[in-house]
Amino acid sequence: MCTQPKGARDQTGSVIVLAQLAPGRRATIVGTIPQANPNVTNRLGQLGFRAHARVDVIRRAPLGDPTIYRVQDTELCLRRREARLIEVVPEADL
Amino acid sequence: MTACHDVTDSPVALAGIRRVALIGSPNAGKTSVFNHLTGLRAKTGNYPGVTVGRSVGTTTVDGVAIAVEDLPGTYSLDPISPDEQVVTDLLAGKYSDIDRPDALVLVADATTLRRSIMLVGQVLRLDLPCLLALTMCDELTSRGGRIDVEALSKALGIPVVPVVGHRGTGIDSLRAQLTSFERWQRPPILPPAGQQAVGAWGQSVLDAADYVAPQPDRRTHRIDRVLLHPLWGTVAFFAVMFYFFQILFTAAAPLRDGIGNALTWLGGQVAGHVGNPVVRGLLSQGLIGGVGTVLQFLPQIVLLFLLLAFLENVGYMSRAAFLMDRVMAKTGLEGRAFVAMLSSYACAIPGIMATRTLPSSRDRIATIVTAPLATCSARLPVYTLLVGMLVAPRTHWWGLSAQGITMFLLYLAGGASSLIAALLIKSTILRGDLLPFTMELPPYRMPSPQALLAAMWSAAKVFLRKAGTIILATSLVLWALLNLPVREAQTRGLSATDATAYVMNHSYAADLGRAVEPVFAPLGFDWRTDVALVGSLSAREVFVSTLGQVSAATNPANPREALAALTDEHGHRVFTAPTVIALMAYFVFALQCMSTIAVMRRETNSWRWPAFAFSYMFALAWVMAFAARSVAIGLGA
Repeated sequence: MCTQPKGARDQTGSVIVLAQLAPGRRATIVGTIPQANPNVTNRLGQLGFRAHARVDVIRRAPLGDPTIYRVQDTELCLRRREARLIEVVPEADL
Repeated sequence: MTACHDVTDSPVALAGIRRVALIGSPNAGKTSVFNHLTGLRAKTGNYPGVTVGRSVGTTTVDGVAIAVEDLPGTYSLDPISPDEQVVTDLLAGKYSDIDRPDALVLVADATTLRRSIMLVGQVLRLDLPCLLALTMCDELTSRGGRIDVEALSKALGIPVVPVVGHRGTGIDSLRAQLTSFERWQRPPILPPAGQQAVGAWGQSVLDAADYVAPQPDRRTHRIDRVLLHPLWGTVAFFAVMFYFFQILFTAAAPLRDGIGNALTWLGGQVAGHVGNPVVRGLLSQGLIGGVGTVLQFLPQIVLLFLLLAFLENVGYMSRAAFLMDRVMAKTGLEGRAFVAMLSSYACAIPGIMATRTLPSSRDRIATIVTAPLATCSARLPVYTLLVGMLVAPRTHWWGLSAQGITMFLLYLAGGASSLIAALLIKSTILRGDLLPFTMELPPYRMPSPQALLAAMWSAAKVFLRKAGTIILATSLVLWALLNLPVREAQTRGLSATDATAYVMNHSYAADLGRAVEPVFAPLGFDWRTDVALVGSLSAREVFVSTLGQVSAATNPANPREALAALTDEHGHRVFTAPTVIALMAYFVFALQCMSTIAVMRRETNSWRWPAFAFSYMFALAWVMAFAARSVAIGLGA
């Protein structure tokens, strides 16, 4: 996933992981990567990171991690480690 | 059950009365509803066998008392964390000594209902009488959302009561409903099982209630743009930290001095009016001295709890945790542990209590056992005394005050060691964690004074009950050890100071000090220092006053000078530079505080972790003191 060529990244329509989505962008969650621990993905689902939900990337911490996301009307932060488990399809720039 | 007595007596006292439990996600306003329902009379403790806090209170409706239990916040009934396991077990009736609640009050935040409707669906499937208390309805409307409460009630099949948690609006109608839970409407068909089916059910309920989700909070975004900005956010963070301690130390000082003066006056009155010397000493030094130590702590502790409650309720704590998470992650902990570590610089007790916000019990324990290494304010008087004996006041190193540098190094040693200890503990005995790091950043909200006072009071109560009794008891015991047995025959004809010195040198404390002398002899501590060390287990600054008592016999006006000049039986100076350095190192690391141990016991619900913390910190303190002394001697100090 992370070894994709730069041009393919962050493009409308293609599946990327949430950690690759830049602040200010919006995407629709399509699922989680298959290798993810089910306990972790369950928790992320309970927090609103589940398929069909829309997610906005709000901002990254000054030290680069974690990142604040807005999902299902709440703002919460995830570390890169968990954001790598969530697969999203970015929306076109507004 | 061997759990904390705070809890064991509550089910007994509440036996036979009807029980209602509050259930909801973290940040839904559950605690605020609980505080409004029960006032400030809640009993707190732990659930049997786990490090999960429990609060039970009562509310009275038409003269009938109803027990209200504030369940730990949970996102789901499929448990991942110990907190959630408690909720699931309790609702399944798995605790032999805690009855299953008779009815449930679901607390859900109207602004995040799309998420919490899943929990609502799961809870309805339990088929207990259920009522939904909907919080933040005012905020939903002001941010452009809407909901039809009656239609929601119809779609869910249960009563729905809108409440505004921080103002207490709607609490009376909620309370009025609590007596009649047998008559609450029950859903004709239970919601379906399975995440997807519940999701579809939730969506249909919200559609029926004409729910429109709120817009993002614009004010929060404007504030965050500054407070989470790479540059300004960092500046603001350090400014908040700076003023946090500034307020803590300056605002509490006049109150503390006032209390100190009042107690000195009271001690003088007792001394003037009580004839019997033993009773007089016990009252004026033991009792008033002990109460004084507790009371002098109190303004600072209460202020600390107030500041923490303010920063937490206004929403800044989660931002601070967000900013610091990367740093804390290096120790294996997470951002929220930073808040606990920070509080520990004032006092480890609120620091340990602040770990309740950590969802992972491993993180919680790792923070609890390392927080006491942070340089708490009780170490300050000890350091002031020791630095004063080691470094002359006007000495300068590289143009800076040498005393200041020494003090800074002591603080640095404490901070660094707590982080290193956390790293070691998290990578060995508390390794591995199921929970991912996730943290909500709630919108900034102005907390109500009542909410702040409630948070402050419940914390201060724990401090007074746990720390207060221990400090007081230790002071009394210490007084007795230092002043008994009575040596009236031997001291007849001696001057008052000589008599005091004689009594102390032949007291039980002297025996005790000589008994533990072999342990501390390699560090250069003599029996008088040992007595002060044992005494400082009640509170570290007692070290200063005990040494004062031991030595003040010779020069009451300037005990510090007397201490510096103190000699042992063979005429050698007691406080040589290597010994003072060893003492400093010892106080940096040793868990010299019974109150902290008691609060650790309460929060971890076992003696295992306090015993572990005391042992590793004692070993560390001894080794470091020995090393520091050896190095100092080697360098010819």
